[in-house]
Amino acid sequence: MTVKELVNELVEKHGTTHNSLMPVLQGVVQQERYLSEEAMLTIAEALDISAAEVYGTASFYTFLDTVPRGKNVIRVCKTISCHMQGKDEIIQALEDALKIKVGETTDNKRFTLLTANCLGWCHKGPVMLVNDEVYPELTPQKAVEIIQEYERNTK
Amino acid sequence: MKDKKLKKVDLIFECNDCKPVEVLEKTLKRDQDEIILDIIDSGLKGRGGAGFPTGLKWKFTKNEDSAIKYVICNADEGEPGTFKDREILSRVPEKIFVGMAICGYAIGAKEGFLYLRGEYNFLLKDLNATLDKFNAQVKDLGLDFTISIKSGSGAYICGEESALFESMEGKRGEPRNKPPYPTVAGYNSKPTVINNVETLAYVTMICRLGAQQFKDMGTNDSRGSKVFSVSGDTPIAGIYELELGMTVQEFVNEFGDGDTKAVQVGGASGSCVPRKNFADTIIGFEGIPTGGSMMIFNSSRSMYNVLHDYLEFFAEESCGQCSPCRIGCQQLLKGIEAVKRKERNPQYLEDLKKLAATMKLASKCGLGQSVANPFTSIVDNFKEEIIY
Amino acid sequence: MSEYLVNLKINDLSVSVPEGTTILDAAKKLNFRIPTLCHHPDLTVAGNCRVCVVEQKGSRALVASCATPVSEGMEIFTNSRKVRDARKNVIELLLSEHNADCTKCFKNGNCELQDLASEYRVGDHVFIDLVKTSARHEIDISSPAIQKDDSKCIRCQRCVRTCHEIQHVSALAVVNKGEHQAISTFLNKPMNDVVCTNCGQCINRCPTGALAERSYLDQVWDMINDETKHVIVQTAPAVRVALAEPLGFDPGNRVTHKMVSALKHIGFDSVLDTDFTADLTIMEEGTELLTRLKKALVDGDKSVKLPMTTSCSPGWVKFIEHTYPSLLDNVSTCKSPQQMFGALAKTYYAQKKGLKAQDIVSVSIMPCTAKKYEADRPEMRDSGYKDVDYVLTTRELAMMIKQAGIDFESLPDMEYDRIMGDSTGAAVIFGATGGVMEAALRTAYEIVTGSEVPFKNLDILPVRGFEGVREASVTIDGCTPEWSFLEGVELKCAIAHGLENAYQLMKAVYEGKANYHFIEIMACPGGCLGGGGQPIPTNEEIRSKRAQAIYAEDSGLPLRKSHDNPEVQQLYKEFLGAPLGHKSHTLLHTHYKGRKRY
Repeated sequence: MTVKELVNELVEKHGTTHNSLMPVLQGVVQQERYLSEEAMLTIAEALDISAAEVYGTASFYTFLDTVPRGKNVIRVCKTISCHMQGKDEIIQALEDALKIKVGETTDNKRFTLLTANCLGWCHKGPVMLVNDEVYPELTPQKAVEIIQEYERNTK
Repeated sequence: MKDKKLKKVDLIFECNDCKPVEVLEKTLKRDQDEIILDIIDSGLKGRGGAGFPTGLKWKFTKNEDSAIKYVICNADEGEPGTFKDREILSRVPEKIFVGMAICGYAIGAKEGFLYLRGEYNFLLKDLNATLDKFNAQVKDLGLDFTISIKSGSGAYICGEESALFESMEGKRGEPRNKPPYPTVAGYNSKPTVINNVETLAYVTMICRLGAQQFKDMGTNDSRGSKVFSVSGDTPIAGIYELELGMTVQEFVNEFGDGDTKAVQVGGASGSCVPRKNFADTIIGFEGIPTGGSMMIFNSSRSMYNVLHDYLEFFAEESCGQCSPCRIGCQQLLKGIEAVKRKERNPQYLEDLKKLAATMKLASKCGLGQSVANPFTSIVDNFKEEIIY
Repeated sequence: MSEYLVNLKINDLSVSVPEGTTILDAAKKLNFRIPTLCHHPDLTVAGNCRVCVVEQKGSRALVASCATPVSEGMEIFTNSRKVRDARKNVIELLLSEHNADCTKCFKNGNCELQDLASEYRVGDHVFIDLVKTSARHEIDISSPAIQKDDSKCIRCQRCVRTCHEIQHVSALAVVNKGEHQAISTFLNKPMNDVVCTNCGQCINRCPTGALAERSYLDQVWDMINDETKHVIVQTAPAVRVALAEPLGFDPGNRVTHKMVSALKHIGFDSVLDTDFTADLTIMEEGTELLTRLKKALVDGDKSVKLPMTTSCSPGWVKFIEHTYPSLLDNVSTCKSPQQMFGALAKTYYAQKKGLKAQDIVSVSIMPCTAKKYEADRPEMRDSGYKDVDYVLTTRELAMMIKQAGIDFESLPDMEYDRIMGDSTGAAVIFGATGGVMEAALRTAYEIVTGSEVPFKNLDILPVRGFEGVREASVTIDGCTPEWSFLEGVELKCAIAHGLENAYQLMKAVYEGKANYHFIEIMACPGGCLGGGGQPIPTNEEIRSKRAQAIYAEDSGLPLRKSHDNPEVQQLYKEFLGAPLGHKSHTLLHTHYKGRKRY
């Protein structure tokens, strides 16, 4: 499915009012992991909202990326309790395993490593999201194993 | 106030014989005004942190003359240190939905939405399954009320009710000017009741047990019980439902690791209570109100790092529209860094405290207004750690 | 606004105002001035700069007076200790993220933030300089009309609201959040690569120097000082009723002939009038309209599009190129008066004056920033050269006058030079919304019937005013034989100003819901008198005063119909032949380009 077809399908489902902007943006990110220029222009046209406004709205939300991302987006919680429970070590382990720094995407486009503000697992930190899945009570080793599992399952 | 012992309660997660839909069925037989009076009488206040009396919200919205009204469940729990709503959403979602339906019935709304933070998307599948079933049951009960779920996408500020409406309307989550308040013009500019997850679950329990049983717990200003998210330096981190009215000391006795030097009550936007104030600080609206976040720090922790983390969080999560908050958060953060690096002298902390006071007075919404809480309480109580 | 009165106290004085009034306006009624930055009377309330905070008795936090409606029994303090401290702190914060390089700024001396800083004696910068500590901001000079300097932006969002609410363009939007929040474009593209119409309304409402016109002052001075160049200048109709404002006069002063004097003093070789080509535009556009009507109504030519819209506002032209490319055939092919002037300057004028076109430098003074873009369009080189070399705004001319050390008030009145300096009242009203319509009707009606339009003193009042979209119709009575097909026809006209209004009108046309013959559109509120190149501030009250001045100028002129302009008549006789003739076609008409809408 092309991005245009995806957007049109989402607009069909959610409608063309301004209120449907969020679910349409979310739907594209769900599939594509980010909003390309073409995706945003198609959405602007479908909902008759200026492209700048579509971008302005998307760029407000941490999860609505507007730069290319890998097939799997890792978000390690960096807020206080995860900090106290060792998120730095988790990030270090992931950086080493993926050979990228936070903010970067692997050459094979399979992983993007990011940090996030409080993910709501303060009693079971450190925690990370891979796409929508949550992985609490991480150790550096566990984190790397989880990523390896994704690596194996990513075609 | 008499000296209360910390008392564990089990209303929210209690599920013996727990059939929330039966509570709905029973409640739908009652008069709308009577239900609202009951909620007012119970003393239930919003469990998201701001603590507005829930029944009054309902009453104001019911009194609005509008064919369209909405009930919204605020499930955008983003306050650092808070995770209890996630647990309620995953364990007893029906209690939330019943609370929403009761509200819909009481105020005359036909549509309800649950705004779920994007970080909790993994709950969507189960929630939608429960919801499909629930919507059908509501229909069978003859109530014209349907709930659907809207997702957030990673923005702390969308927990602010008017920012949440903006987000649902496909816009940047920027808080609105008030008035008008949501009860008059909320989502789609229609009268809207917006309640936190936990509040709605309590509504169901109040309707089940009666207002009196809820009211009998807690204190004059803080009725009932509350779900607390306990984290940090504690051997028993987790979620606990406790009767309101305890002191920080009582809390620390139960949850601390024996070396507690401070407790951050109410998350990043709450206040830091140092050991010397544990005994005289009540957790609740007469002392330090909280959405339930209790973060415990022992003596190994640097309070500079704690404050730095909070400020970094606010600098990123401020929506950015109003100048005191957008610029103020950056200045506070860069300010303590400059003091730490000796680029500014310690006296500069006084300027920053004045700035924090300005943010409290002049910011547009609760986010900017509350940054002063952690800043001032940490700087005042742990000045040495900030400077050296 | 409600009839119901609300009683409140401000600084212990009682006042009663209609329900719904803001604290800010109520305070104004008592002559208490509360400073503002994000507030602008043309725009919706934002309440985000927080400079206008006041103390409300009983309220823990201060309230934004611009965003808070009064309520019964309210007690407000606009100048308490709490208010002053917080306000000063907020101003200091704004300065910490603002590149306060005032001496180098185009807006130096006309900056609302600078005024506040001086009013509150903000001296030592208490806070850390966020501009210097962040590696940001190159000035965007991609557009020939508008420059955008984010280091001076205080995020009041007036520009964003202007672009959205008044202009329906939304080239500018708020992007990112928190510390990274900024005013930007789609994917942060350069201004020249997005749907911006260059109207400059954002500039007109920017409280600082973040948005400003691309200034060509220095280049113009260089040309004036170049002995080998013959530098001519044309002045647009709306400049003469606004130029006085930045020179210290009240709005509404007409300074046409002092302006001519000043331009001569500055050293232009010839001071000429865009009004001359405004009259010429009427000849061409009026004839085009009549020709279209004939082709459509008599010949049944389906390729001829009606309604015909005006084309003299370059902001409007670019707007429709983006928004409704399928309607471009409805737009009159006439160039704007500025560009007609430019094309003639380097042909007809050169010929008459015995000058070489390449030695002529053609400068225009415009109430407009889009004119800078228009002059740069590749289509605007029909003389074989760039038809208009430099476009200066009214604001830039005021600066030039100040730089030249001219005491404007004591200048003698002087007449425009000839040729291309003569004009009629019909031309001057081009500066007001509805003016082109009125001028066109004065001429077209007379061409068709041989008699004057049936309105007292030639004042076609139904097309005047500030209503966003106006409709009028004229029934044509007593046609000459040549135009007998128009006998009894009700000529239906519509007028819109501000691009949001234009959009609504053209949407109706696009959807086939409107059956007008002729539509006048001006990109800016009030027409050119409220243009993006006009003095700051511009607001409803000021626009209204400028409009009064324009109509006074019209009624005071001996000639009030474009076809009576003797120089225009001479131009046709000696050079062009007839309206819509071959030469006109080459020099005075143009074509448009469809652009992307989003």
